[in-house]
Parts: sequence; structure tokens; C-alpha cells
Amino acid sequence: MLEIRNLDRWFGPIHAVRGISLTVGRGEVLGFLGPNGAGKSTTMRMVTGFLPPTGGTAIVNGCDVTLDPIGVKRQIGYLPENAPVYGDLTVQHFLEFIARIRGYNKVEARSRIATAIDQCRLQKVAQQSIDTLSKGFRQRVCFAQAILHDPPLLIMDEPTDGLDPNQKHIVRQMIRAMSPNKAIVISTHILEEVEEICTRAVIIANGRVVANGTPAELKARSSQHGAVAFTLAGASTALTELQALPAAARVSQTDGRYVLIPRADASSRLVAEAGALIKQRNWPVTDLRVLEGRLDELFRELTLGEEQIRKSK
Amino acid sequence: MDWMRTTGALIRRELNAFFGSPVAYVFLIVFLMLTAFLTFGIGRYYENGQADLREVFFGLHPWVYLILVPAAAMRLWAEERRSGTIELLLTLPVTLTQAILGKFIAAWIFLLVALILTCPVVITTYYLGSPDTGMIIGGYFASFLLAGTYLSIGLLTSAMTRNQVISFVLALVFCLFLLLAGYPPVTEMFVRWAPANVVRVVSAFSFMPHFEAIQRGVIDLRNLVYFASVMVFMLFATFLVLNNRKAA
Repeated sequence: MLEIRNLDRWFGPIHAVRGISLTVGRGEVLGFLGPNGAGKSTTMRMVTGFLPPTGGTAIVNGCDVTLDPIGVKRQIGYLPENAPVYGDLTVQHFLEFIARIRGYNKVEARSRIATAIDQCRLQKVAQQSIDTLSKGFRQRVCFAQAILHDPPLLIMDEPTDGLDPNQKHIVRQMIRAMSPNKAIVISTHILEEVEEICTRAVIIANGRVVANGTPAELKARSSQHGAVAFTLAGASTALTELQALPAAARVSQTDGRYVLIPRADASSRLVAEAGALIKQRNWPVTDLRVLEGRLDELFRELTLGEEQIRKSK
Repeated sequence: MDWMRTTGALIRRELNAFFGSPVAYVFLIVFLMLTAFLTFGIGRYYENGQADLREVFFGLHPWVYLILVPAAAMRLWAEERRSGTIELLLTLPVTLTQAILGKFIAAWIFLLVALILTCPVVITTYYLGSPDTGMIIGGYFASFLLAGTYLSIGLLTSAMTRNQVISFVLALVFCLFLLLAGYPPVTEMFVRWAPANVVRVVSAFSFMPHFEAIQRGVIDLRNLVYFASVMVFMLFATFLVLNNRKAA
């Protein structure tokens, strides 16, 4: 559906996007993660034909954006950052304008607008001018604009940014409802959102892809994945003894809460070793659990670099 | 066909934006009152006792447009940039050329409407005397072309900034320069230090001689080419500016 090949972009002396390549298929919801300024929006703007790439290209259903931008734009529904819409128009008139630009005749435009208004739950405000609407509604108006032509590829730049929790929930529901027969790319820095709706996540930092996998795979890559944690009072020698375990990479202790970080691929061994040691010493351990990896941790590890993380700790 | 329909949709949207906002009506009222005041009040139309609109009516248009056309044009791109809708517009299946032409044609139609609404002045003239119809048609045509030329400049300055006030001031200065370029006090300023050829080239850029020629009813190809080429040049420059600085 969407194939991005070595996309590259310079802004004067700044190398904003450095050779990004990835593919998205039908039925996938790709979460595009990265800190501010990592190149998420720039990449999306190049894919949607707003900015010409300095190098590389994006191909949507066989259409190359550098050769046939109009052909690509016909197949994409795009929700730009901050959901820009023409505030002087009413919701109905705005969607009529979009329908005319998309080349629909009156009858078809009417039914498509009705469907989009229905899907985005805009019935109540259809005759209101967009300037009078709240941010959540404006976001949905822009969303309606993006799905009006039922595009095979939907690209959304921070679709839930600045919305309250209820509005976020509605937008996520709409995305999920839409996902089975479309390819969807959303950029976000809300990590819970990725776990909730994305089938795959890509993390980019400094204009490069640094991780690409399902949310579960990415979580497994975080160094905390498979860590053993428990609470133990007293036992003054525990820290040194735990550090001596062969499968433990690092052990930390704060207020009697111990966290054992496993060496690479040694998490099941760590559980066994720690269990045996606890039993042997007969420590009064409570609240023992094996931790799951966390996306936010991986995100920080990949986008900050090890040194800065250690400093911030 | 497809191309026309898309451009048509853009023109329609821009016209709606003009007539849907109070700005258009303020503009029309100010324009009509100003031209009427200048013609009848300052131009001493009645006292002249001549059924001739050249000096007292059409001759004033370059000055009236100087304020009003940049005001009508300043919103066109600056607002799209400020509000970010430019990203929405240019990711729809629309080429940049279509988007520029759509805005230009719509604003030109708006100025044409304003111009047509000045017809009471003409009707008064026919009622009082027997003016030269050819000259009136020539006057309107010249005025229409001049409005389009000012507009193309306003469109360019509007594309250069996201601030409407900056766009307005730049367009005003630019138009004023082209208006006065052939005017003796201005050319004399250049004569003192610039070579004669430069002075001639600068004064050749002026609107005035071309405007006056068409207004007299002399529709010479050279004059038409002048206006058309200024407009095409400005629209092309707009294209380049937007293409380079879309996201900025």
C-alpha cells in the first residue's frame, strides 16, 4: 500500500530526515513515534506531496509521489498537525468544498458528506461555522475531510493532540473502526495510544528509523523487559549477593525495593537464579513480580542515548 | 475538463470567502463612496461641464486601487499560511498552479464586481450629456486590467509572509513604485545619478502610459502585452515563492 524508500530532506543546513524506509500494508495501523523535531511531520508532509523530498520517494499503490503527486493525493486522506480547517465555512459547506475538489457530482457528494458526518458524529454541528466549534470538533471536521473519499491510505499527524480524554477516546474508536480495510499511519508521542490502537510502531530519532516492530516486540526490547522486582526489608548483604548472580546485568535498590535487570536474553534464567537465592537465604520477600518491558523506556533509550539516560537518573 | 472543474471549485470557494465575510461589503462601500467622492467632490465633475470621465473618474482609479487592491489581496495566501490551511489545500488533489489561479481569478472577479457597481457615475454622465462610449469602454477595460495587475502584485506579497499587514504595506509600496516610475519627479531623482538607459528602463515599467493609452480607447497590442506580462510574471513569482517556502 505505502512504501517509503530512502526518504531524505534537508532544510538549508539541517538534515531533517535521513533516509527513512518503511512499508505499510492494508489492515495495518502504524504508529509513528519520535520526540519533537525527530522528523515525523516532515516525513508525513513528503509522503502526502506537500513538501518535495530532497532524495528518495514514497509510493502509494504504485503511484510515485515525486512523479505523480496528484495521483498520490487522490489516494490519501490526510489529517495535518493541528487539524487546519477553513473557519469561515460551516461544517457542511467545508465538506462540500472538499467533495467538489475531489471531483464528486452533487448526488455522490451528498451521500459521501452524509456518511462522513455520521462517522465523525458531527450531525449536531453540521450547520455551524467551524470557528465556533471546540478543538475536539474541529479535529473531527478535519478527520471527516480526510475520510470523505474513503481513501485506501490514511495519514494522521497527531490526531489526538490537545483533546480531552473523552475526545481522545472517540478519535481512537474512529481510527479502530476504520482500520480493517485501510492502511493507516498515525504520528503521536502518546505511548499508551500506540499500545491501544497500533499494530506496528516505528520509532524515529534524528531523522532515522531506530526501531520498527509490533508494540509487544518493542516492549521486549526495552532493557527492563523480564526484570525481577521485589520488596525486602533488612538483609543488608542482599544487594551484593544479587549483583553476583550471573544473569543479572544491573541491580538497583531504593527503599527496600529491588529491581534486577537481566543480561540480554537471560531473563528466564534470572528469574530462576533469583528465586533459588531467595529460597536459600530464606529472605522475607514480598510483592515479587517479573516486569514487562515498557515502551516509554525503550523510547527514551533509543531517542536520548544511554549516557543522557544515566545522567537523568 | 477535470482541470477546469477543480479550478472552478477553488474559485467558488474564494468567492464564498469574499462574499461570506463583512470585509467584502466594507470594501465595496468604501470603494464606491471613495470613487464617488473623488469624482464629484474633488474632481469637480459638475463644475467642469464636460461629459468626459477620463480625468475625473478613470484617472483616479490607479490611486484608489493603490489602497484597496492590496487590502483585498493581503488575505489570500497570508491567511492560509497563518492558519496552516495551506497544508490542507495543497495536499488535496490540486496543483499549485490551480490554487494560485483560483485565488487570482476569484479576487479579480470580486474587483470586477466592484468596478461594475460604479455604473451610476456613467449613467449620470449619459443623462447629463453625450459622452464618447468608446472611451468609457476603454476606461473600464483599462481599469480592469490595472486592477488585475495590482492584484497580481498583492498576491505575490501575500505569498511572501504570513502577516497580512506586511503583505499590505509591501504591495502598496510596490504598486506605488510602478505607478510613479514614469512620473517626472521620480525619474528626475534617477537622472541625477543613474545612466540614461537605466532611467528609460525603469520608466518603461510604469503602469501609467499603458493605462492612459487603453483608457483613450487605443487598444494597442503593446499595452495589452504589458499588463499581461506583468501579471504572468507576478503569478509565476508567487508560484516560486510558495514552492520554496510552503512550510515556513
